Amino acid sequence: MPVIELENVSRAFTVTSRTGLRRTRREVRAVDGLSFTVEPGEVMGYIGPNGAGKSTTIKMLTGILVPSSGSIRVAGVDPSRHRLKLAKRIGVVFGQRTTLWWDLPLKDSFAVLQKMYAVPRARHAENLATFVELLDLGDLLDVPVRQLSLGQRMRGDIAAALLHDPEIVYLDEPTIGLDIVSKARLREFLAQVNAERGTTIILTTHDLDDIEALCSRVMVIDHGHQVFDGTLPVLRASQNAPRTLIIDLATSHPPITIPGTTVTKTDGPRQWLTFPTTTSAAPLVAQIAATYPLVDLTVTEPTIESIITNLYAQAHK
Amino acid sequence: MGVYWAIAVRSFRRFSTYRIATLTGAFTNTVFGFIFCGVYLTLWELRPGLGGYDVSDALTFVWLQQGLLMPIGIFGASTTVELGERVRTGEIAVDLYRPTQLMLWWLSVDAGRAMFQLIARGGLPLLVGSLVFDLNFPSSAAQWVAVAAALVFGVVVSFGIRYLVALSGFWITDSRGVEHVAMVLSLFFSGTILPLVVFPGWIGEVARATPWAATLQVPIDVWLGRNPGGVGSALAFQLGWIVVLLAAGSLATVFATRKVVIQGG
Repeated sequence: MPVIELENVSRAFTVTSRTGLRRTRREVRAVDGLSFTVEPGEVMGYIGPNGAGKSTTIKMLTGILVPSSGSIRVAGVDPSRHRLKLAKRIGVVFGQRTTLWWDLPLKDSFAVLQKMYAVPRARHAENLATFVELLDLGDLLDVPVRQLSLGQRMRGDIAAALLHDPEIVYLDEPTIGLDIVSKARLREFLAQVNAERGTTIILTTHDLDDIEALCSRVMVIDHGHQVFDGTLPVLRASQNAPRTLIIDLATSHPPITIPGTTVTKTDGPRQWLTFPTTTSAAPLVAQIAATYPLVDLTVTEPTIESIITNLYAQAHK
Repeated sequence: MGVYWAIAVRSFRRFSTYRIATLTGAFTNTVFGFIFCGVYLTLWELRPGLGGYDVSDALTFVWLQQGLLMPIGIFGASTTVELGERVRTGEIAVDLYRPTQLMLWWLSVDAGRAMFQLIARGGLPLLVGSLVFDLNFPSSAAQWVAVAAALVFGVVVSFGIRYLVALSGFWITDSRGVEHVAMVLSLFFSGTILPLVVFPGWIGEVARATPWAATLQVPIDVWLGRNPGGVGSALAFQLGWIVVLLAAGSLATVFATRKVVIQGG
């Protein structure tokens, strides 16, 4: 049974703009006819450009915003009707905000959470011990939150969101601003929580490496519409994004012209040619080698960034 | 209920980390105490028995007032100012994710703050004042209990007003104007500029009936034993305002939550 169900969910906002004395109202649809389900234990990447409707969706899933139309069920209940009840069963992390007590040692925030979610003491102690070990928080428990680095604070926030054993966790940009080592460590931790506890994770992010490392499923939203839902390989294949052939010639040449390819960049003797995924690279290389003094070459696969950019561009047409 | 107690305790601890600010604040209060004493001494020399206070009542009033300004939050308090800020920036949405009641959460935060400031900032000016001047102190255990109750009630009444002011940001684009108006009203009607007992006629009647009177003037009068209708009616007056303000506060919370949830903030 799905843990999250959305059926034809839309959310409109009335935007009032004022020019002089005249007021104009217009309706903006932040989310438009969204339907999907999430099974328990799934890790879903929820991505889209700024203003795509990601936060609006998360707000509706947590119950602090009602949909204008359509129906939502999370953990078997209507979120906005049972916001406080649902709050005990979900965890939320906003990358740019903290729910920790700024001027107090980290452990104080954890102690308040134990009371807030009425977690049995033994269970709380057990969870805390686990998270302290996995997230390496041992030395930080007595440090006031304001003195923590961004990465340390984020680890604290993530532990805080998970202490009450939530069934579902929403993570909004959890790796924003973190260095590579902190990012990797956080991803590893989330993967472990998902594997060991079966926690359903919904991750919104701009960092596509997060998706690559964690998500069994990707959903792409743009202008309130779902533009893709599937696995990462399927996303790659569906977009048919071009591959790139980088060639080094013996000397500088004007851009090579071969039907079906485009030169996107030249730099002295080096040229970048893009060609469709469906075309094999071998005959192309042979063709170039026959005509030009080829010295070296590399073939690169499309990055997720370029796939997503492509996807947004298509959705706009 | 455990959670609200835990929050109040953390809030107390949080404020206890601002040591220098607390010390300089108490020093400022003490300096202002001497300035006010100068003014009041002149005033009561010209008009002995003004408002039913004798000179030592008036001087005691000054030192209590200086010690209570911060704990009661006459100029506003950083807790409810922070709440107003969260409403303005929309960060208040984060508070709604928690399985706690918004008003009780902030009341607990404010209670922790008030308790710390009462201990840390209430004592020093009173101590200095009583070394220099001849001040009045409650004479019986019952009066001490009444003072404690009146102080707690005063903080809650003040919170009730400040909470409504902070929540006004849901409907008014910039609630800082409301905050300023509220501060001016609070300064005057709490008795901070002059004890409300000195105002004659209907102005005095009105001033003494406002909720601001219940924040500072009433607790001080309980300390001095000068409540016109006795301690019982003074505490009942405070309780009445608590009921009204907290009821209005919960109603505002319901509407504000509905506004966030339905209109999207």
